[in-house]
Amino acid sequence: MSLYFTKEHEWLRVEGDSAVVGITRHAASELGELVFAEARPAGTVVKAGETAAVVESVKAASDIYAPVDGEVLDGNPAVADDAPASVTTPKAKAGFSASA
Amino acid sequence: MSSESLLHTPLFSLHTDLGARMVPFAGYAMPLQYAEGIMAEHRHTRTQAGLFDVSHMGQVRVRARSGAVRDAALALEQLVPADIAGLASGRQRYTQFTNERGGILDDLMVTRLENELLIVINAACKAGDIAHMRAHLSESCTLDVLEDRALLALQGPLAGQVLAALAPAVQDMLFMDVRALDIAGAACVVSRSGYTGEDGFEISVPAAQAEALARTLLAQPGVAPIGLGARDSLRLEAGLCLYGADIDETTTPVEAALEWSIQKSRRAGGARAGGFPGAEIILAQLSEGTIRRRVGLLPEGRAPVRGGAGLFADATLASPVGSVTSGGFGPTVDAPVAMGYVSTALAQPGQAVAAELRGRAVACTVQALPFVPAGFRRVAA
Repeated sequence: MSLYFTKEHEWLRVEGDSAVVGITRHAASELGELVFAEARPAGTVVKAGETAAVVESVKAASDIYAPVDGEVLDGNPAVADDAPASVTTPKAKAGFSASA
Repeated sequence: MSSESLLHTPLFSLHTDLGARMVPFAGYAMPLQYAEGIMAEHRHTRTQAGLFDVSHMGQVRVRARSGAVRDAALALEQLVPADIAGLASGRQRYTQFTNERGGILDDLMVTRLENELLIVINAACKAGDIAHMRAHLSESCTLDVLEDRALLALQGPLAGQVLAALAPAVQDMLFMDVRALDIAGAACVVSRSGYTGEDGFEISVPAAQAEALARTLLAQPGVAPIGLGARDSLRLEAGLCLYGADIDETTTPVEAALEWSIQKSRRAGGARAGGFPGAEIILAQLSEGTIRRRVGLLPEGRAPVRGGAGLFADATLASPVGSVTSGGFGPTVDAPVAMGYVSTALAQPGQAVAAELRGRAVACTVQALPFVPAGFRRVAA
């Protein structure tokens, strides 16, 4: 299992032929408290650098970019459905899976 | 603008001492939030008392060359649709500078005191407003931009008792009352008003004493510093317009559902009907209505719908009916809230519309404003 980081403060954890993508603690802290997050629909084909998910703080919406080419497999449903407070836990909760 | 060229308010060092995250806003370095964060600051203001630095806003004193404050009021009425001449001494009123098309150049608060008017204008519009006033009022009035005064806002259900501990006279003040008061040794002008929908005060204080007063207020039980982030979510829940987003040069006060701020004396048949820029258009709209109207919107689900989002008749997103001008997450409502303009036929509370969010439709319901009931002290306790 390998963990990579992008300059845009996303992280990528490779698990076989798929990967989990999330944002770093630093990014989460810069965004402030998150109130909403969602990945693009499962099956969406994304190229590296394209928007793969969005996270929203009280103030603003921020795009999460795909670190690699791939296909969105799934969003973390807990992120979209949770009460805002539990979404603020950085890193693990803001992830989505993509085939690498 | 680089951070070096940003202006500082008299409370800049206090903000940095308090660990504020500073951001550029209208040419000033301003606190977006403090350590607690926007959500906690918002809730604190709704349940206790929040202290805001709003010193970036412009404070202008208008005096009539004749010496009679009524002459200053009549002169200002040439630029705004509100009744200023009828405003009692020690009272404040909300109004707008309008343009020839009936659009809004800025919104402002006007206070009448014994011998002068005091005006508070938006930071981003300061230079334009002052030029506009100089161009139209200089013949009859003198204008002083009060660069040497800071402006603090103390807002929330505990604001009354907090300020009364330092200045007992505020106990007798009602919503939109204004008094010159000594607070902790500083000669202040205090209004019982604000931009949060809560009871509270705006305190004009000499710049040199602003930090000491702010520290004194922050030392009172229940008072916390609040940044611009929560200021925006508080005013949005209160249904209050943000200039440049919900109102601008292309929106009229009637379209913006601000007709309550145009008193009878300035309307058709009134003692001083019209006489402000765009009066013909605005007075006609008051009697005939407008094509579009500002409304509150409650988006379904948890995803915030923000300013700029298109509004449509239904989920097919085929038939445009308006757009969102402000939107975000409302911490007190605990859901997304927004404001925008829709065709007047769709402006009734309960009406269903759809907003476009990232290419798909989000169902929204038109909602009466404010989203959160106002806590103003309109009658004596």
